[in-house]
Amino acid sequence: MWQLIGRRALAAIPNVIGIVVVTFVLTRALPGDPAAFYAGPAATQEAVEQIRTKLGLDQPLWRQFIDYLGDLARGDLGLSLSTGQQVLDEILRRLPASLELTLLALLVACVIALPLGILAATRPGSWVDHACRLITTLGVSLPIFFTGLLLAYVFYYLLGVAPPPVGRLDSMFSPPPQWTGFYLIDSLIAGDLALFRAAAAQMVLPVATLAIFVLAPIARMTRAAMLGVLSSDFVRTARASGLSSGTVLYKYAFRNAMLPVVTTMGMVFSFMLGSNVVIEKVFAWPGIGSFAVDALMQSDYAPVQGFVLVMALLFVAINLMIDILYTVIDPRVTIDA
Amino acid sequence: MSNTATLPGTPGPASVSSSAATLRHVRYVLGENPVTAGAFALFAAFVLVALFGPWIAPYDPLATNAASALRGPSAAHWFGTDQLGRDILSRVIVATGLDFGMAVAAVFISFALGSALGACAGYYGGWIDRTVSRFADTIMAFPLFVLAMAIVAALGNSVANIIYATAIINLPFYIRVARGEINVRRNAGFVEAARLSGNSEARILALHLFPNILPPIMVQISLNMGWAILNAAGLSFIGLGVRPPQPEWGIMVAEGASYMISGEWWVSFFPGVVLMLAVFCFNLLGDGLRDMIDPRRRT
Repeated sequence: MWQLIGRRALAAIPNVIGIVVVTFVLTRALPGDPAAFYAGPAATQEAVEQIRTKLGLDQPLWRQFIDYLGDLARGDLGLSLSTGQQVLDEILRRLPASLELTLLALLVACVIALPLGILAATRPGSWVDHACRLITTLGVSLPIFFTGLLLAYVFYYLLGVAPPPVGRLDSMFSPPPQWTGFYLIDSLIAGDLALFRAAAAQMVLPVATLAIFVLAPIARMTRAAMLGVLSSDFVRTARASGLSSGTVLYKYAFRNAMLPVVTTMGMVFSFMLGSNVVIEKVFAWPGIGSFAVDALMQSDYAPVQGFVLVMALLFVAINLMIDILYTVIDPRVTIDA
Repeated sequence: MSNTATLPGTPGPASVSSSAATLRHVRYVLGENPVTAGAFALFAAFVLVALFGPWIAPYDPLATNAASALRGPSAAHWFGTDQLGRDILSRVIVATGLDFGMAVAAVFISFALGSALGACAGYYGGWIDRTVSRFADTIMAFPLFVLAMAIVAALGNSVANIIYATAIINLPFYIRVARGEINVRRNAGFVEAARLSGNSEARILALHLFPNILPPIMVQISLNMGWAILNAAGLSFIGLGVRPPQPEWGIMVAEGASYMISGEWWVSFFPGVVLMLAVFCFNLLGDGLRDMIDPRRRT
């Protein structure tokens, strides 16, 4: 199995190369002259030339690409003009906020979507089945920024049960000492239950918004996969051999049905990482998505490029993990890539 | 004479009955699934509004009126007015054209480019196939919305670039469908026959093979339209592409976002609901179309 995993990791290398090339091309395709841009509007011609030499923009393209690779290898994603910080530092500081949101939403979505899909598949034509179909079609149609605003209106403005939809923590609290960067975990480590409650309260609406969006494809795939497996011969044989319905459902059907569901997880993550940007803007969440959007609005491009690179590498890593998970669930799989 | 006239290609009775059968099949599917019929009706309504929006709109979508700013829905302004006193109903109506236009243009570009690339890859194989597949894989290696953001950021902030970005991130889906469908047929009997009767490779690909991939591609297009609209609206929601005074659903939701939590819900609500309806309509249509074309894949 280790050999398999190693081979799969090797297969990810062309993707990484592709990503680096694309981000490089996008950096060079920036509108206008980067040197003039970095120099600012008041700069003289000489100052612009000086910066051009300093940035290496007077070099041929292949040379620039090699310099770019060198910068990447040193973890240098450039400076953010708006904050004056190293882009990589800023992204690393903000990454836990985004990850906490994404992972929790994924967890919530799975906890709801898997049972829903299984119930719908075991009782086709029942109200659960219809509800499942309605939820899955509605879920993929919802503009995620709109759902978020609607939830904020209902639960904050109308009902008053949610805290103001701004940021990770109410301004009355200060963040817990950093261990993992996940406020929920850090506040528990610090033993501060009030802080934990405050952080959790801030998370409810953004997590719910993201989860509603993500549970649709998961429930849909679970239902379809379960339907396929439940009508297969080996399930009929298992039933005929007198195994209890619980054993048949979970030991025989569920594990097999999980395979197509796991393979769609890559697509689900692609949607989630994209939606994260929008959600963070709606809820003023201090993650890497809102960092990139704010930078974009101020024509500060280094953070945007860094953000795209980090997101793409994260996505490659996730796809790698999904494939490995696949081999763990299904030992028959041999990855050929 | 009449006999020889109907011989080549047998147009006459056979094709009439087959098109009648298709019609019957369509009617059967629509009757079986009233939801799809409803989606068709809604789609037709959207198209009408998109085409004739500027003439239907009761007010000028750009006319400001400070005296009646931020009023809720009323008889005069069905969807209320925004912070500048502009009529939201008129803005939503006029925006339909832009949102549909962006989605149609983007989907058309990805269809034309993607199916051509995919068809060549599937038919010729070899280095063409490897290059095209590698290209598709590289796009898919990015979270798609993030890639779209990056493309718009790099090419510049304009509506045209939103369309290009949306087209690029949808390319791999068309490439894959076209490549797969052509690949399984490249050595089919009718292709061999066409080759033996002296057709050039390009002609076989364009005239004999390409029409075969249209049904699955059509399904892909209608499923893709909803996503393209969502994507374009999402990009303008975060402030890319469409410039503020211009009415567009995503940017209208963004403009109303801060009023949502102070109680003026209608500013964001109506454009958001219409956007949702449009996407919902396309998704239902896509499912319906898939049932019609490929009944095996029904879920």
